[in-house]
Amino acid sequence: MLGRVDVDVPTRNNVTVSGRADGQPMVFAHGYGCDQNMWRFVAPAFEDQYRTVLFDFVGAGGSDLSAYDQRRYSSLDGYATDVIEVIRALDLHDVIFVGHSVSAMIGVLAAAREPDRFGALVLVGPSPRYIDDDAYVGGFSEQDIEGLLVSLESNYLGWSSAMAPVIMGNPDRPELGAELTASFCRTDPEIQKRFARATFLSDNRADLAQVKLPTLVLQCSDDLIAPACVGEYVHAEIPGSTLARLTATGHCPNLSAPAETVAAIAAFLNESSGPGG
Amino acid sequence: MTPVSHDDARAAFYSALADDDPAELYDNAPCGYLSALPDGTIIKANATFLTWTGYDRDKLVGRHRLQELLATGDRIFYETHAAPMLFMQGMLREIAVEVIGASGLRLPMLMNALLKRDDDGQPQVIRAVLFDAGERLAYERELVAARRRAEESEARARVLAETLQRSFLPRDIVALPGLDIGGAYRPAGDGSEVGGDFYDVFRTSPDTQAIVLGDVCGKGASAAVVTALARYTVRAEALHVSSPTAVLTGLHQALISCYPDTYLTVLFLLLDRVPEGHRLRVATGGHPLPLCRRADGSIQTLGYPGSFLGMAETAEISESATLLRPGDMVMLYTDGVTEARQGGSFFGEAALAEVAGASAGRPAQAVADAIVAAALAFQHGPARDDIAVVVVKVPIPRAS
Repeated sequence: MLGRVDVDVPTRNNVTVSGRADGQPMVFAHGYGCDQNMWRFVAPAFEDQYRTVLFDFVGAGGSDLSAYDQRRYSSLDGYATDVIEVIRALDLHDVIFVGHSVSAMIGVLAAAREPDRFGALVLVGPSPRYIDDDAYVGGFSEQDIEGLLVSLESNYLGWSSAMAPVIMGNPDRPELGAELTASFCRTDPEIQKRFARATFLSDNRADLAQVKLPTLVLQCSDDLIAPACVGEYVHAEIPGSTLARLTATGHCPNLSAPAETVAAIAAFLNESSGPGG
Repeated sequence: MTPVSHDDARAAFYSALADDDPAELYDNAPCGYLSALPDGTIIKANATFLTWTGYDRDKLVGRHRLQELLATGDRIFYETHAAPMLFMQGMLREIAVEVIGASGLRLPMLMNALLKRDDDGQPQVIRAVLFDAGERLAYERELVAARRRAEESEARARVLAETLQRSFLPRDIVALPGLDIGGAYRPAGDGSEVGGDFYDVFRTSPDTQAIVLGDVCGKGASAAVVTALARYTVRAEALHVSSPTAVLTGLHQALISCYPDTYLTVLFLLLDRVPEGHRLRVATGGHPLPLCRRADGSIQTLGYPGSFLGMAETAEISESATLLRPGDMVMLYTDGVTEARQGGSFFGEAALAEVAGASAGRPAQAVADAIVAAALAFQHGPARDDIAVVVVKVPIPRAS
């Protein structure tokens, strides 16, 4: 991997650009588990006004699995590097970063490293730490995370590396539908487990106070992955952030309640850009 | 068998059909049924599911979400993988979960589910079916553990093979002044098995350079022990006898007495410095002959084949000598080079000579690397057999 300065980031990360070419860029990042299709019902709503950018982290969806580097993707910093590389490759500025689940914190890390390119953060179901720690309630114990790794193993019995060429296939091919079904939420179990560890064993609480951008925290009701108290913690720690509570339940309002999710993000963007902005 | 009238059979059929009405089937099916709102809130459960889990219908329906009945790890999997798949693809198949029963007991189950949408396409209800899968999942867990053990053992075997293989090659090649020597090796396939090729480069006196290159028949552990014996026997013999033939005779005798069921092919070279360059003596035991490229570009093989060592009681070892002058180059190689195949054709000596010609001006190590690369490129993909190459050059003294 050393010295690969010629990486074709848009291909590697399966980047999809839509919307207004001259619009302010909105970069949508998927969380742990699936891929950019998580934004299928949300991103199109912003295409009239914004330039929308979707991508898959290396190791997920239609990304180039051959670019997967165990060491790099053992921590959220490696994923933040993906975000920065996508933003640089497209030369985006004033980015509205929309991150779901663990990508909320990945966005916080990326914005801290490259502050000049970011304009606002939208954190959907964020959690800076999933495991309880003294007075802090993250919602999980370390044994719970071990349980997830076991669950991943028993649910990836059928995964074989022979599927990799299909998963890595060219997105321009007509059989995208079948390919999507084959790849959505499915990838090499070793990659999933490493991403699970990077996600659920992370602790980014200290990074929250450093956020200087207009930030929206979107909190679902009854979210088992990022409970309400965690959303409130994130809101309290990020200076000047806005907290919006959704009536949508669960951890994936982008799938279960796209309209409510779109409305909350749009309201925040209109407010933070000001009249006529 | 009692003969059954047509009418009796009809009556029995309809009676069984009446007993097996859909409501009865739903409640007492040999699987658990759950219906839930899109957010997972349980709205219906069949009797089988309640019996298996020990839950009271009233305490479950409308009060709990499907994912809340799962062990925490499975709950995270449900939220991060299963629910997105359900919403995106409308169904889930064979998700392995542990359902936590009323008593706290974990019940391993396999779950299939469908997401039913209303006429406007909005998610309406999740229909899940759960199968008791304790034994199957326990078996699968054993398979997972076995696979992990197999992977670990494969990794250990690979490290062992690589370590052993490295021990059959010199760590550094230190050539006598006036000689330039390079060596290259490439294992067959993915390198997970020890091959039988080896070479060694050492001095027997301050003015004598010894080079051995050989190929033990077979692969793996049995070939490895013979390779080790061969290398150390050659080193030991070379220190107390002065002719290449005597060294290989010693090796042959060691093979016959220690490993009578195996054999090898080998080249042994001694190079002594003389005023015109180096005197080369080569003894051959059944090995492909060294190829010599003279300074003028002419190509010749050196020596005579001789017989395999360790095969018959006595071995025929041929020895010959030549003078290497500045600009001359000798290439020793194993059959992995010349027998590299592309369809029905072999890489062969002619191709080897061509590579040697093209890289003749470069250092010996670069020539050796170029030969290995050309043989690999010829056979597209992983090597069928291991490849070992040693190149000896007598450099042209720089004009001062």
